Amino acid sequence: MSAVDPTFDLDGQPVALQPGDTILSAAARAGLDIPHLCWSEEVSGSASCRLCTVLAEGRPVAACVTPAVAGQKVECRTPSLATQRLRLLQMLFVEGNHFCPGCEKSGNCLLQVQAERAGMTDLNFEVLNPERPVDASHPDVLFEPNRCILCQLCVRASDEIDGKRVFAIGGHGIATRLLIDSPSGRLGDSALSVDDRAAHICPVGALLPKRVGFAVPIGQRRFDTEDTRG
Amino acid sequence: MVDAATVAGGVDAVLGRWQRDPHALVQILRETQALTHWLPRPLLAHIAAALGLTLAHVEGVAGFYRFFHTRPVGRTRVLFSDNITDRMLGSETLLAQLCARLGVAPGEVDAQGRFSVDRCSCTGLCDQGPALLVNHHPVVTRLDAARVDALADLLLADTPVEQWPAAWFDVIDGVQRADVLLSGLAADTPALPAVLAQSPQALLDEVATSGLRGRGGAGFPTARKWQACRDAAGDLRVVVCNADEGEPGTFKDRVLLASHADAVFDGMTVAARAVGAQQGFLYLRGEYRFLLPQLEQVLARRRAQGLLGRDVGGVAGFGFDIAIHLGAGAYVCGEESALIESLEGKRGTPRIRPPFPVQAGYLGRPTVVNNVETFCAVAHIARRGGAWWAGIGTTQSTGTKIHSVSGDCARPGLYEYPLGTPIAQILADCGARDVQAVQVGGPSGACVPASEAGRAIAFEDVPSAGAFMVFDRTRDLFEVARHFARFFAHESCGLCTPCRVGTELVVRRLDKLAHARGAGSASAFDIDRLHDLDTVLHSGTHCGLGASACNPLRDTMRHFGAAYAQRATAPQFQPDVDLDAELSSARRATGRSDAGAHLHTDTPA
Repeated sequence: MSAVDPTFDLDGQPVALQPGDTILSAAARAGLDIPHLCWSEEVSGSASCRLCTVLAEGRPVAACVTPAVAGQKVECRTPSLATQRLRLLQMLFVEGNHFCPGCEKSGNCLLQVQAERAGMTDLNFEVLNPERPVDASHPDVLFEPNRCILCQLCVRASDEIDGKRVFAIGGHGIATRLLIDSPSGRLGDSALSVDDRAAHICPVGALLPKRVGFAVPIGQRRFDTEDTRG
Repeated sequence: MVDAATVAGGVDAVLGRWQRDPHALVQILRETQALTHWLPRPLLAHIAAALGLTLAHVEGVAGFYRFFHTRPVGRTRVLFSDNITDRMLGSETLLAQLCARLGVAPGEVDAQGRFSVDRCSCTGLCDQGPALLVNHHPVVTRLDAARVDALADLLLADTPVEQWPAAWFDVIDGVQRADVLLSGLAADTPALPAVLAQSPQALLDEVATSGLRGRGGAGFPTARKWQACRDAAGDLRVVVCNADEGEPGTFKDRVLLASHADAVFDGMTVAARAVGAQQGFLYLRGEYRFLLPQLEQVLARRRAQGLLGRDVGGVAGFGFDIAIHLGAGAYVCGEESALIESLEGKRGTPRIRPPFPVQAGYLGRPTVVNNVETFCAVAHIARRGGAWWAGIGTTQSTGTKIHSVSGDCARPGLYEYPLGTPIAQILADCGARDVQAVQVGGPSGACVPASEAGRAIAFEDVPSAGAFMVFDRTRDLFEVARHFARFFAHESCGLCTPCRVGTELVVRRLDKLAHARGAGSASAFDIDRLHDLDTVLHSGTHCGLGASACNPLRDTMRHFGAAYAQRATAPQFQPDVDLDAELSSARRATGRSDAGAHLHTDTPA
């Protein structure tokens, strides 16, 4: 251990580093928020949502997979990055079919709260209105692909934590989608158990344990705080 | 018609040939599909079980590559090359002609399952287009109305491809101006064994002296890449030749592989000696499948000559061999880490870096990936010396560069010049007249207006991966940009939000400006949105594909703004949806079609 812990600078604040840290993991440990959707400290990074894009020495990088370097200057709260995050969120909203008021994940949804924090008041882009049939075949877990943001957290949780490989990514371009490993391609025929980490890691309402909807009253949910109540 | 038992036996033979290696998944799927025409889900399940992979994983890989079909296709599949230069040569009219003769729409299968017709991205035959691929192999060049007519007859008669006229499959090199690389190695240059007798460090030093930078587009110093690989931890190292020449409008690697394969393999062998690699791959793009037998022959001959295998070139302890892997139609696999993923049998999604391939590439081994032209240059540098190469070109851009010239010019083909050559000279030499713009380096490169033809092709001015597409004043550069936008949306791997969604939004916005979507007229609002999308894509994507996807858009908006402005004539914002069309069901329900049942807009009828 050195006399002075190495740090990097995030928007003027020193952030302590440990070996193997990414910019995002170091910031998260220090209690500093870099907006993100597809990152979790439980699994490897996918760098897919790009919401955590920051400027490292002026260069745009995904904070979730970019190693933190001692002495580096990292900017997260700049006007242009704020606009960038807003646009990325708007892109995710028009890509799927998101209707927050009717979603049981409302108040617990990371996409919803990021949009609120980014000050999103409109979609900006044209809605793409994809046709994505709901898969309710599993007795304990609902798969609602209309809300899927392709963050791959379930893919990685199933691979890395559950050791089951229930999910994969299929297609390409705008037709990219989440695939389920089962003979029918449906969740009910897969090896997924409601006890799996993959069944709970979804940051939006795409994978939802059944029969627990609205168990926590509105007003007491994860993101029901002053800054998101409007 | 192949029966089920033969298919099953054939698939198992394919699996056996690849020793049930999950890393060979892309090759196994390709060879399986060659037997079965398409890849039904039960077949994917069979392959998954044999390789110890999940069905979802195999399905994900099959669904990623454009040349794999997870839905039924015809026994004979015709894919029209859809680069802008093919279109300029009339490919769309010919496609329509063929479809009309056959009674199918693009993407549709004939009722008897005999044939299907569709488009694919650039086949790399822009100098002899319009071109098409038959069953992904072989290619038919120089299409015209008569050839398409005869093609329709053959397809309707279910005539096997082997019985089609041989002249249709002619592919010429089309070298118009040869400098050092295209002239080939001189007879008096030292043979490879003499070159390999030098120490690895001496070979590396020679490449460093040459100042050679990678010819794939990024221009990274070759010697620095090799040194990093040599210095990386690990016992096994890999050299990969990136022959996934996917940039539309580029076809120089096709000619180097067809006529200078020995030089390319020489370069790979020199690299292997310099970095200490034992394993080599040539990753050949699926569109160049027709080159495979000949390349395999060259490799076999080199093994017999002792230039591959054990103690290569008589150097004791230097073992190196090269295997060819075929791509399956995915432009993004030209990105080196996506290419490595594909080599490992996965979806061609660019990896998170670091680690870089030189640290951990193919199967985690330190890996050098260089382009075909780069290895060809290495073969020359290793023989003639780094100082000789450094004496050609400019200080920052040494050596020569091969350009694939196509579009509006009298003499399309290959032109090799020292770097630093002005665009104007290439235009003059290829017989371009009345030039409006040149797309240098393909869609991800730069659109240079004729007024800037004095600029030079060099890393310090206009860098190029090799494409040089000429557009005369009759061409609509808005449509060129729209075509490239569709290309990028089609080729996005779908990993990251800005590229996956952004490329599609760009297409839709341009379609709106083209009056091809929604109610029609566009306004200045739509131009603003395009600038917005350009900003998000340019700075926020995971890889270079997304970052450069708006390059044609940005360049043409800057230089040819009028082409956009004339399409954005509405004084106010116009919605994307056709509001009047939305009322059609209400009109049907009420049986009305009078003026009062229509929404009045200022869109001309």
